[in-house]
Amino acid sequence: MTTTDGHVVVDHLSKRFGAVLAVDDLSFEVRPGRVTGFLGPNGAGKTTTLRMLLGLVSPTSGTATVSGRRYTDIPRPAHVVGAALEAASFHPGRSARDHLRVLAPQVGVPDSRCDEVLALVGLTDAADRRVGGFSLGMRQRLGLATTLLGDPRVLVLDEPANGLDPEGIAWLRAFLRHLAAEGRTVLVSSHVLSEVQQTVDDVVIIARGRLVHASSLAELARLARRTVRVASPDQDGLRRLVERVAGGSTPGAAVSLPEPGVAVLEGVEAAAVGAAAFAAGVELHELASRDVGLEDLFLQLTGERAASGAPPEPDGPGTRPVADAATERGAA
Amino acid sequence: MIPALRAEYRKLVTTRLWWVLLLCMALYMAFLGGVMAFVLTQEGGGGAMTGGFGGGADEMPPLPPEDLVRTVYTLAPALGYVFPVIVGALAVTNEFRHMTITPTLLAEPRRSLVLGAKLVASLPLGALFGVVGTLATVATGALVLAVRGEPVLLDDPDVLLTLARSVLVLAVWAMVGVGFGAAMPNQVAAIVVLLAFTQFVEPLLRLFLGAFEPTEGIVRWLPGAAGEAVTGASFYASSGIGNLLPWWQGLLALVGYGLLLAALGRATSLRRDIS
Repeated sequence: MTTTDGHVVVDHLSKRFGAVLAVDDLSFEVRPGRVTGFLGPNGAGKTTTLRMLLGLVSPTSGTATVSGRRYTDIPRPAHVVGAALEAASFHPGRSARDHLRVLAPQVGVPDSRCDEVLALVGLTDAADRRVGGFSLGMRQRLGLATTLLGDPRVLVLDEPANGLDPEGIAWLRAFLRHLAAEGRTVLVSSHVLSEVQQTVDDVVIIARGRLVHASSLAELARLARRTVRVASPDQDGLRRLVERVAGGSTPGAAVSLPEPGVAVLEGVEAAAVGAAAFAAGVELHELASRDVGLEDLFLQLTGERAASGAPPEPDGPGTRPVADAATERGAA
Repeated sequence: MIPALRAEYRKLVTTRLWWVLLLCMALYMAFLGGVMAFVLTQEGGGGAMTGGFGGGADEMPPLPPEDLVRTVYTLAPALGYVFPVIVGALAVTNEFRHMTITPTLLAEPRRSLVLGAKLVASLPLGALFGVVGTLATVATGALVLAVRGEPVLLDDPDVLLTLARSVLVLAVWAMVGVGFGAAMPNQVAAIVVLLAFTQFVEPLLRLFLGAFEPTEGIVRWLPGAAGEAVTGASFYASSGIGNLLPWWQGLLALVGYGLLLAALGRATSLRRDIS
């Protein structure tokens, strides 16, 4: 086993379609044993990136590798990478089992494997039905079954939760967690963070073909904490207030000063800030609590929603990791 | 290559369209075989076909028995070849229409191998169309000939050889269809163009180009004419329109069309991004 085994590495990948730069110098890495969410709004370049990873679309520049090799260089690639790209790539006249039997010879597995994977995704009873009559959720399950044919180490799923009912999403979540727990690499794309929020360990967020954020979900969640914005005409008073709040009374609080006379405090309640201001005798003109959820943060990161002055803000103070805010706290 | 061929075989037998087309071909050829056997054995029938094109019916002697049976028995490669062509083309266009090309290329990213497997796999399928189409033609054709008191010549080795070549050329037509489908993967466009070319454009080209001496030589190399050359008999040729190539040249020409179209498809639709 090499160090790259099971790793997906996207390295300075770009794709130009005519005048449109669909993927722009994108780099990220996906690790085994974890579920990674590949997130971005529709049209951000997710599918194009995945198709380049799978040798279906040729990159304009850069490389994408699985276990250190390009997809097209892997002999019998379905044993290394299982991929499901869209729920529509089935011949409507074929049964679910026949769809798998068509692929089995080239994947390099016996026909009995087809029934095994159908059982894994809960489609045994529908094995002989034509795919044309399948619901979107059943097609997603069949796509997932297809990826498992070769028992691959790496799974690449494009929008697998699309069209699933809540029950189906819960099932998918448990299934993907299970696959990752077996040590597999699971890369799942979605345009809705909340859809995969409870499934993924890591997130790779892109917008307009570019990487905007890559971290563990926990780190992303830390950016999405509640913030309290206070404004005061009394600059010195504001500093005293910030020191009082940040220094001791509420450990873990982070502070940023986006503009003169304004402070944004994270990890504290508005009531605590108000009480501290009263105790310190600081005149406040604004005391506002803002709950930045993960989804809001995601939309701000991807530019779907304009940042509203409060953090987090792309490239602004808000998206600075907590350590930066702590430095500011020291300065303050 | 063996796994790729098995995959192609399974792709085919797990859909229904191929046997619907096979049934259509059998019925169509049975109908044509009977009708043409009847028409050509009419008084002065040999010339009736040429009446519109060349000289008057009265000037044409009736077809000798060998030519008569050959014209009737080779109606499948002369007029029915569009069925194996379409089945071959569908083997490629279906993949693009239903986007099964994505899982196909995920399982086997070597695109030349995928196309090569489709070309090879089309030959036995085309041969099946050849056997069924030829037998259907001969069944009704020979029956009508016998009823009309003409020799059916089914024990003649030359006639049997012609029938074997009829099967052979129909098999090759399926391969040409695969090449065409690769070059024109849009299913609707491919079927429209195939029908228009085989049923309308080429017959017209053969008629008009064949009428002038400088262009007469080109006609023999048109795909339909090359296909007819393989059986050595031609519905068109016996109608007085143009001559045919030697059979082996016709076969090579047809195989050449198939490979040329496949190479074109490999360089275009199968080189492009699949998205």
